Amino acid sequence: MKKVFDHLILLFGVFLMIGPIVVAFITSTHEPTEIYSKGLMITWGDHFYDTYHKVLLESGGFTGKVTGLSELRNSFILGIGFAVGKIVLSMLAAYAIVYFRFRMGVIFFWMIFTTLLLPLEVRILPSYAVMTKLGLVDTYTGLIVPLLASATGTFYFRQFFRSVPEELLEAARIDGAGPLKFFIDILVPLSRNMIAAMFIVMFVYGWNQYLWPMLMTTDESFFTLVRGIKQILLVWVGSQIPDYNQAFALAILAMLPPVLIVVIFQSWFIKGLTESDK
Amino acid sequence: MKRVQFNNRFLPYLFLLPQMAVIVIFFYWPSIQAIQSSFYIEDPFGFGSTFVGLRNYHDALFGGDYLNIAVFTVWFTIVVTVLSLSIGLLLAVKADAILRGASAYKTALIAVYAVAPPAAGLIGSMFFDQHIGPFVKLVSYFGWDMKVGVNYYDTAFAMIFISVWKQIPYNFIFCLSGLQGIPVSVREAATIDCRSGFRRFWTVILPLLSPTAFFLLIINMTYSLFDTFGIVDTVVKDKAANNPVTLVYKIYLDGFRGNDLGGSSAQSVILMIVVFVLTIFQFRFLERRVHYG
Repeated sequence: MKKVFDHLILLFGVFLMIGPIVVAFITSTHEPTEIYSKGLMITWGDHFYDTYHKVLLESGGFTGKVTGLSELRNSFILGIGFAVGKIVLSMLAAYAIVYFRFRMGVIFFWMIFTTLLLPLEVRILPSYAVMTKLGLVDTYTGLIVPLLASATGTFYFRQFFRSVPEELLEAARIDGAGPLKFFIDILVPLSRNMIAAMFIVMFVYGWNQYLWPMLMTTDESFFTLVRGIKQILLVWVGSQIPDYNQAFALAILAMLPPVLIVVIFQSWFIKGLTESDK
Repeated sequence: MKRVQFNNRFLPYLFLLPQMAVIVIFFYWPSIQAIQSSFYIEDPFGFGSTFVGLRNYHDALFGGDYLNIAVFTVWFTIVVTVLSLSIGLLLAVKADAILRGASAYKTALIAVYAVAPPAAGLIGSMFFDQHIGPFVKLVSYFGWDMKVGVNYYDTAFAMIFISVWKQIPYNFIFCLSGLQGIPVSVREAATIDCRSGFRRFWTVILPLLSPTAFFLLIINMTYSLFDTFGIVDTVVKDKAANNPVTLVYKIYLDGFRGNDLGGSSAQSVILMIVVFVLTIFQFRFLERRVHYG
């Protein structure tokens, strides 16, 4: 009896979490007028191909330079670029902090630690001003690099490097390995699982960025899918019968890659998440 | 740190260089600029700026609706944290208790973590839409004439609902991994000592979960303050007029819509101080009550 109750609660939870997404997807296969008169749909419509063809391939926006596909490409550039950048920067920094004895170590450590306290959202306007000064608006560099200015990754790898047995370094040094060789031949291969886990968490984080791309990209050819949602909303406000189907389709496309990655690489993802945030 | 370390004069600096360069250019420089420009009023035509001391802070705090927004932000943070944490914990306890189908439930429950806040906001705002929203229809049977985007409290309700929905998976993941980290021997001993499952949960399991809960408290707070930007933006659809917004959203509105660099920077600095103080407060006072097994 208790088991049945447990399952009921879990089923209700699943219904609450997944239900809206399923409804959004099914509704996107109907025409806007139909949605407008009947509301959200729970049966399959016959405009799946039309809607997604339009959203992916037809150019839109004010300049006509943007399509769903170009947004998809930019989202991948942002997600992968951010994840790779984060991993490279934080592995190098964590290696220096854990494996070297040097005078400025403690100061650098605290300078990095402080970044955890103040997220980008708090300092958007001055950050934007700095970006215009550097001429980085509407570039991939401007889109990706400022997001790297946080220490989460460094802490994650610092934690991991500290758990690596000391004997490894002793043995490597006896065998004559220098700091570079030890890093590339021993530490990096040893961190493979950690890198994969980190990559998934950071890819999702980068892909889902909204505020920063919104400020940094005015040229529509740099828009990401998530940034595209803002554009849909702006058109929305003035129209009589908004293109509900296209809005839903865009939301579905924007969530599909990160959701798939999280679901498929679930165990790595959970490892990366629960160990990086601590 | 390690007992055995390398001694090298310039290699560690070289390794730290990329990270430090990014942090200095994109973290410290803007942060210092924010503090600096919070004491100035920018000339609207771009001809320099005037030092005004604390006036921006005074205007930010006591002018307009800043205090109302601050109060809303506090309520919003508390409600979102409490609801998403307790629902996440409930689901985690249930998922931990069953054997059959546990991994299927787990997959379904964590999937929403990967949904971007604005995507969640877009879908959510359709569920609360005046024409097509099923929630609006549902509550109209109970005589609630819900008008999200027009009525202050209805908009707040939708915002909280969507923000909680988006945050449940995160709390679920951490509560579940916390629960699974409790040794079987401890659970068995507790089962022998106490037959009431509910009481066991309160007196044994929950105290052992307190480090996780403490950590989640901070994370949920930062989530409600900052990461909900995309949800707020998609629910109010740029028309902040009569709608509830959070402090971060106001910084964005004043800075980019109102072109008020000084005022926006002053608000940024206030928020920086608040976050800083809260973090320290949490570590000093809350952590003492937390049980680390």
